[in-house]
Amino acid sequence: MLHLGRLCMVSAAMALAACTTGSPRTDPPPLTALNRVADNPATQLQWLDRVTWGANASSQAELSRTGLARWMGDQLKPQPLPLPPAAQAQIDAMTLSRTPLDQLVIGLEAQRKAADALPDEEQKKAARQAYQQQLNGLVREAQQRFVLRALYSPNQLQEQMTWFWMNHFNVNLRKGNIRALVGDYEENAVRPHALGKFRDLLGATLHHPAMLRYLDNAQNAANRINENYARELMELHTLGVGGGYSQADVQELARVLTGVGVSLQPADAPPPNVRPAVRAGYVRQGLFEFNPNRHDYGPKTLLGQPILARGLAEADEALDRLARAPATAHFISRKLAVYFVADEPPPALVDRMAAAFTRSDGDIAVTLKALFESPEFAASLGRKFRDPVHYVMAGVRLAYDDRVALNVTPMLNWINRMGETLYGHETPDGYPLNEAAWASAGQMNTRFEIARAIGANGAVLFRTDDKAPLEKPSFPQLAESRAVLAMQGGLSAETREALAGAKNPQEWNTFLLASPELMRR
Amino acid sequence: MQRRELFKLMAAAPFAGAAGQLMAAPAAEGAKLLVVFLRGAYDCTSLLVPTASDFYYASRPNIAIARPGEPNGALPLDSNWGLHPALAQSVMPLFQRKQASFIAFAGTDDLTRSHFETQDSIELGQALGRQRDYRSGFLNRLAGVLGAGPVADVSPIAFTDQLPIALRGDAKAANMALAGAARAGIDARQSQVITAMYRNTPLAQPVAEGFQVRDEVMRAVQAEMDAASRNAMSAKGFELVARRMALLMRERFDLGFVDVGGWDTHVGQGGARGYLANRFEELGRGVAGFAQEMGDEAWRQTVVVVISEFGRTFRENGNRGTDHGHGTVYWVLGGGLSAQAGGRVVGEQQALSQATLFQNRDYPVLNEYRAVFGGLFRRMYGLSPAQLERVFDGVAPKELQLV
Repeated sequence: MLHLGRLCMVSAAMALAACTTGSPRTDPPPLTALNRVADNPATQLQWLDRVTWGANASSQAELSRTGLARWMGDQLKPQPLPLPPAAQAQIDAMTLSRTPLDQLVIGLEAQRKAADALPDEEQKKAARQAYQQQLNGLVREAQQRFVLRALYSPNQLQEQMTWFWMNHFNVNLRKGNIRALVGDYEENAVRPHALGKFRDLLGATLHHPAMLRYLDNAQNAANRINENYARELMELHTLGVGGGYSQADVQELARVLTGVGVSLQPADAPPPNVRPAVRAGYVRQGLFEFNPNRHDYGPKTLLGQPILARGLAEADEALDRLARAPATAHFISRKLAVYFVADEPPPALVDRMAAAFTRSDGDIAVTLKALFESPEFAASLGRKFRDPVHYVMAGVRLAYDDRVALNVTPMLNWINRMGETLYGHETPDGYPLNEAAWASAGQMNTRFEIARAIGANGAVLFRTDDKAPLEKPSFPQLAESRAVLAMQGGLSAETREALAGAKNPQEWNTFLLASPELMRR
Repeated sequence: MQRRELFKLMAAAPFAGAAGQLMAAPAAEGAKLLVVFLRGAYDCTSLLVPTASDFYYASRPNIAIARPGEPNGALPLDSNWGLHPALAQSVMPLFQRKQASFIAFAGTDDLTRSHFETQDSIELGQALGRQRDYRSGFLNRLAGVLGAGPVADVSPIAFTDQLPIALRGDAKAANMALAGAARAGIDARQSQVITAMYRNTPLAQPVAEGFQVRDEVMRAVQAEMDAASRNAMSAKGFELVARRMALLMRERFDLGFVDVGGWDTHVGQGGARGYLANRFEELGRGVAGFAQEMGDEAWRQTVVVVISEFGRTFRENGNRGTDHGHGTVYWVLGGGLSAQAGGRVVGEQQALSQATLFQNRDYPVLNEYRAVFGGLFRRMYGLSPAQLERVFDGVAPKELQLV
């Protein structure tokens, strides 16, 4: 994070480069090589700042104990590990955790219909408001759960990748009932595959009602084609624009996807009356439904090859083709490199990652391993501009370490103020990941206000009732943090001068969090 | 072909050379430009309704806007076009006062039909088919050209929480979202300390600019609050933002950008009423509120251009919505539109039939956006060919005599 030591940054890069240059083999060096360069606290902080949601003293102690190579191995292959009890208890108490998705959504749908049917206008209005408030409550729970995990999960890389893929496979909470669906989308479609096989992740998003609703495929039927999902599936999810598909491919893929939709019928309701010839093709899994009556069974060609399967299996065949296309390997690898290395990542690195992606049949962890072991990664530490979500998470993790927040709503508000609301991006491209998008005048100004909110009044995170008095002191003890002490040598003269002139600890915190060094990871 | 399916070719005959400059003495110093980007490719065919086209009514059995005179019908603009009825109270009066104009068949030659690719390429304003330079948007290049001559101290601003690509580049450009303009917690001294922390970093300029703009916005919003009895107090959503934009542009900024989302209507977009109609109504109120808040004097020197990345399919899709198309309709508004533009539908046009659809799917682009903006900038600011070349390289400006 900090410009620590140009020296150790350069030496880290050189040490890694030494492992790879002059060797004819194309395999990456073993992770154990990393330990040689990561035995000082400042470098460990830099690694933590990039791989986790933000460095702090306790995670540094953990990394130091484990060793960087093994720690990275654990991050790439996450085991089910508990959150701290104070965080897990908050999640366990959520409606989201206690109600299966189909039950929740079918119940809400009944509630919506009942509200619409009320004859009295006043009652109708009140009932509709109650329905909207339920949806708002559910999305707030999903946002809070995400923040708690990002702050405290031992599987930090998995949490970072969950955000990355939620952004890649973006859905937007303002559309329809997605507020009720998005928590399950993250929990059951995205997080389990965040470090797994890309093809599985792609398939899971296609099978989720949140995606089918958001990109209108729930409405896509034979002779009533809707191209929306088909286009974004190729442009944004797999091949990338310019990845070799045409308008005709968009139309053909839309036909492949006809009948892939959502059912809000009770789980035990009898299936719809499907014509006998294709009745066996009917599929219902939770809210997901494939309805053969709505599917176009005509012959199709995608990317120059015919689609041979029939019914829902056509979608699988199409996803196989898209997930394994060289354009996809490159598109996904580049986006990962933008997220973890630089806005304009070195093409050679992207090529190596794409090769790892292809060799491993789209294994995300293998692709990331190639990234983390690269000299380009080591050389980039401390230089990647934080987007707002990263900025808020890193600030709170640094300020309060493993002390569990009891109310993360203020954090959600800070993220909203900077324009990166969780699940709030309206269009399917997701939030931008580059510096130019987040380093404008208005952004920086808002960031300094957030720095002050954390630095001078951070105790709002430990008050469950908004009206209750704040504990004293109402700000974190940043100057005493071992992590902050370890990074101080890397601060610029200007930052040290500002800190020296701070009038009180709140202002010291504010200046540190507002400093150029804390804007980067 | 039926007579009413034919459009008069109303294109302003292309004026050769600098004829435009002879007609309109440019007053670059006081000129103000606001670009409104409708992100999501709005359905221009519902906005500017081809009321003379039977083919239109056959292509949109569920979502067409009825002909003028019918219930919920389009508002008549001329013998070929009507305006969506949701704009009856906002944009229609401006059109009748000759302060609004529409450019049909407008857009870019970019054919990806990708929102994001096309938005980027329009904002960059560079020639297609070459390596893009993401550091240089066309409004920023305009600011650079203006600041080097025609306007002593050009002040561009985006009323957005991120700096849009159109304003990225060498010229300094601020941004500030206005919807939730909050109180400042960082005081004047702290602002100075923080500015000093950044003085030797690449972020020095946006940091300093951010504090400066914050103070300007606070003053403007405070003035708005003090005038407690005014209309602006009751405004919501985009109208509130638009009125605040007007306060700031009237007093301080001369080049503005804002974007409005929510136009990607693949499903259930509605007709005279419904989802899209509500978006139009909100946008119309915003535009009219902006004009009102500017006041007559500043409005006469202001041009608002409303653009979008592309249009939508001419035919409705299977879900009473529309998919990604090509040509679109731009709006041009201002208190000083020329007699050739104000209260008219302008630009090159053609008859609408299945045969003239682009790729049997959507509107062709007959009025390329760089040429259109180039022509506008030449008249607004009196730019020389060399100056225009810096904004839009290799483009012959199209003279639509907008101002």
